[in-house]
Amino acid sequence: MSDYNFAYLDEQTKRMIRRAILKGVAVPGYQVPFASREMPMPYGWGTGGVQVSAACLTPDDTFKVIDQGADDTTNAVSIRKFFEKTAGVAVTERTCEATIIQTRHRIPEDPLTEDQILVYQVPIPEPLRFLEPSEVETRRMHALEDYGLMHVKLYEDISRHGEIATAYAYPVKVEGRYVMDPSPIPKFDNPKLESAALQLFGAGREQRIYAVPPYTKVVSLDFEDYPFDPSKAPHPCALCGAEDSYLDEVITDDKGSRMFVCSDTDFCASRRAAGHVGVAGAEVPA
Amino acid sequence: MPPLLSVHGLTKRYGARIGCADVGFDLYPGEVLGIVGESGSGKSTLLNCLAGHLAPDEGQVIFDTRAEGPRDVLQMSEPERRMLGRTDWAFVHQNPRDGLRMRISAGGNVGERLMAVGARHYGDIREQALDWLGRVEIADERIDDRPSAFSGGMQQRLQIARNLVTGPRLVFMDEPTGGLDVSVQARLLDLIRGLVRRMGLSAIVVTHDLAVVRLLADRLMVMKDGHVIETGLTDQVLDDPQAAYTQLLVSSVLQV
Repeated sequence: MSDYNFAYLDEQTKRMIRRAILKGVAVPGYQVPFASREMPMPYGWGTGGVQVSAACLTPDDTFKVIDQGADDTTNAVSIRKFFEKTAGVAVTERTCEATIIQTRHRIPEDPLTEDQILVYQVPIPEPLRFLEPSEVETRRMHALEDYGLMHVKLYEDISRHGEIATAYAYPVKVEGRYVMDPSPIPKFDNPKLESAALQLFGAGREQRIYAVPPYTKVVSLDFEDYPFDPSKAPHPCALCGAEDSYLDEVITDDKGSRMFVCSDTDFCASRRAAGHVGVAGAEVPA
Repeated sequence: MPPLLSVHGLTKRYGARIGCADVGFDLYPGEVLGIVGESGSGKSTLLNCLAGHLAPDEGQVIFDTRAEGPRDVLQMSEPERRMLGRTDWAFVHQNPRDGLRMRISAGGNVGERLMAVGARHYGDIREQALDWLGRVEIADERIDDRPSAFSGGMQQRLQIARNLVTGPRLVFMDEPTGGLDVSVQARLLDLIRGLVRRMGLSAIVVTHDLAVVRLLADRLMVMKDGHVIETGLTDQVLDDPQAAYTQLLVSSVLQV
């Protein structure tokens, strides 16, 4: 037992956050303002996600944290430890065992279920921010469904690069209404936003919470003659041989050698445990 | 023929001061109305009230909409007014920086209105943008340059292309030639006059430059201290001014 209240935040704060979450679920894709608290970590390290997780956790939950798909990076390890200490909940690295998964910049490869909640850490929740600096104006644009500007950004991509070069934080339209920033996940993950799990997005510094309820329609914006393409590196995973997972490029020496490995460490490890081996899988211990 | 725009008793106050008071006029399709007056006479306030940028305190602005006939613009909901603002209406600002997106290419600037009304085919948008850049005499190869790389006159022409691409029926212009040197002004006026005549546009042009209205406007409205003091055909008002202030205004122009 620790001296903290369960999951660090006091009960009033958690109620306030839950109210924002409920409103977000009721209006999919709408950014609900909330009174974000100071957390014992710097902004940009997942303060929004941590607050949403704290408001959702119960003592029976099993908690998993990933950072760019990996369970073993600094951000993931420290947030997992934080809730181990302040909430005393069970933690796991297995996607299928977790009931709440907090994530930074990825959606797990394994399909999620109705019993799971996926919590995203969001740096900048406003998809129109870099096109329209005024918050007053962007809110009005959302209210009036005035989204022509979003396509101007995609137009600029094509005119400059010959294709829609936006590779992450690719804008989506939720349930035919709100245009939403899916946080900086790769566009490869966009099709997975239509999920059986509840997806919650928390932006601590920007003080916004938004949500995509289970089975909500999520459409990636595109042009008729330049359709959305959830691209990935054209390689199989070097460790587990998976052809259909999102890959990280890892530089292995200073002579230009590189390998592509699954960014989702749990997905890769469970495939290797099941006997799948990639080209370099035999040399690297699991 | 019903008027395209019919304004009755339009009044805007800034606290105790008057912005414009009891302004009324009819504008018919294909007609260009000039509004002249000195700085502070309320002409920009009037234009902003008409275009929906400012909420007037009293009055009616009745526009002959394509779908539903004459409707009071001030009673419309905000989404309806915005839709009007990017389909049937256009607004050319004095400073092109106010009317353009400076960080977006010329093509994107022209395409924005098309995309705002639902165009989702890149090839078509690009083609229309090129067509319109041609009409305002901007070379095709500048389509991917940002407006910040353009000269002042080109920026103003780009702003006009961006506004006219959706085929509006009514154009509001606030000092369209302000801040440009005279030779560029002359070419721009020539261009605007050609476009207005060819497309059969109606336009309301606010300016303090009498030469601009002489060239562009069919009819003229002279404003002073928020009130309309004289109206009439352009040549009639300029050649035979009746009100004392108009006489002063006309005689203040330097003859070179």
